Amino acid sequence: MELITPDFGLIFWQLLVFGILFFLLAKFAWKPIIQSLAEREQSIDEAIKLSETTRAEMAELKAGNEQLIASARAERDALIKQAKEASDAMIAQAKLDAQTAANQEIEKARVAFEQEKASAVAAIRKEAATLSLDLAEKVLKSQLKDKAAQEKLVTEWMADVKLS
Amino acid sequence: MFQMQVKTSTQKMYFSNILLGLFLSFISLNVFANEPVVAHDSAHVDTASHAAAPAASHEAPSEKFDPGKLILHHIADEHDWHFFTIGHFHATLPLPCIVYTASAGLQVFSSSHFKNEHHEEVPYNGFVLEHGKIHAENGEKVIDFSITKNVASLLVSAVLLLTIFIGIGRKYKENPHRAPKGMQSLFEPIIIFVRDEIAKNNIGEKHYRRFMPYLLTIFFFIWFNNMLGLIPGGANLTGNIAVTLVLAIIAFFVTNLNGRSTYWTHIFAMPGVPKWMLVILTPVEIVGIFMKPFSLMVRLFANITAGHIILLSLVSLIFIFENAALGLAVVPFSLFMNVIELIVAFIQAFIFTMLVSTYIGAAVEEHHH
Repeated sequence: MELITPDFGLIFWQLLVFGILFFLLAKFAWKPIIQSLAEREQSIDEAIKLSETTRAEMAELKAGNEQLIASARAERDALIKQAKEASDAMIAQAKLDAQTAANQEIEKARVAFEQEKASAVAAIRKEAATLSLDLAEKVLKSQLKDKAAQEKLVTEWMADVKLS
Repeated sequence: MFQMQVKTSTQKMYFSNILLGLFLSFISLNVFANEPVVAHDSAHVDTASHAAAPAASHEAPSEKFDPGKLILHHIADEHDWHFFTIGHFHATLPLPCIVYTASAGLQVFSSSHFKNEHHEEVPYNGFVLEHGKIHAENGEKVIDFSITKNVASLLVSAVLLLTIFIGIGRKYKENPHRAPKGMQSLFEPIIIFVRDEIAKNNIGEKHYRRFMPYLLTIFFFIWFNNMLGLIPGGANLTGNIAVTLVLAIIAFFVTNLNGRSTYWTHIFAMPGVPKWMLVILTPVEIVGIFMKPFSLMVRLFANITAGHIILLSLVSLIFIFENAALGLAVVPFSLFMNVIELIVAFIQAFIFTMLVSTYIGAAVEEHHH
């Protein structure tokens, strides 16, 4: 039957055209298509993997950050505490030093004052002695003309001497 | 999650398509088996009625409609591309005839020379066109390389395939990591389907890549030509035995040239079978090597030809009963059949590619047990 008898001409053309078609499509169509499909899938895969690792890294980083913040806070607190202690100690020391210095100064001043006073008293005494000698000389010169006056004077002086 | 859902639903769809395809192939094979008989009968009746009452009828001679002849003419190859005829106007594209005879050598001329102004067949240059075949008037053997309707359609499809897929290929080359656009996004899922569902599943992860160009070429070649054949006036290329023969021969060579030791052992010395059984099994397996491509050839040819016959038969019903009102029933039904044929066009391309890849898969398999 004609329908199921293959035509030689058509077999020839089919072989030729299909062969050329296969060659051209394989070279210019299927090769780039298959290659870039594979590449695209691979790059999508890689991107997904990368995002997953990035996410894990981010979580890790966040945890690390929190830890870091906590430790920093603790360190800060410790530092503040330490500084406060140091400053307290320093203040106490300074106070103590100041007190000591002031006491020393006061003591020194007191000693100086005592010395000054002593020397001043001595000087006054000396002056007073001189003055009284002068006065006595003068008084003696003027009043020792009569006997009563001399006696009265001696008594008064004696009283005065007792007083001082 | 979403991807998985899509995958399962598409798998279901494929499964139902395969079922539908198998069902249709049974129907269509039946019709195909019956059709020539019907055609023959009607032709017989036709001549008988002419012989019985030649004088009684005064209507125009040979105007009687012969569906068998019409259908066979439509599904067969021809030397010019005939689109339609209105009255005495024949819309025909003449095609080049290329013939070789031992005495006259290679000759090229237009097929229009075989028709005179009254559209009757006339001999030309020592050649005569009879029933779509060119014969030499002197009885010499003619080798016919003519660009027939099928060859022309083949060339059209080749140009179409090259334009579309080289264009797509260039887009992939330009931006390989971008999402597909336009034509590219139309064909990308199909290419991925061929790769993942056909090639990878049947040939295996290790070897499938090597066969991708071949599988994609046969898939799109068959699919495109099936669909081009459904266009009114289109040629029945994939329903031509010569075309499916060539496709089957190529499949035969691709399969057997890639056969590894496991494949040949399974043919000549099936492991795990008693020795005396091999006397029966080995011939069966050897026949099997040839039956596989033979079944590919017949399946595609029969399915596509049968589809064309069904559609033409349905339309012919109107003319057989000479009743335009029948069109009300026939037109929706032939529309339905046409849509079915569109599905069949895809399914047959799918089945052909699928089976070739299972044959290749068996050939390149390394360890069975």
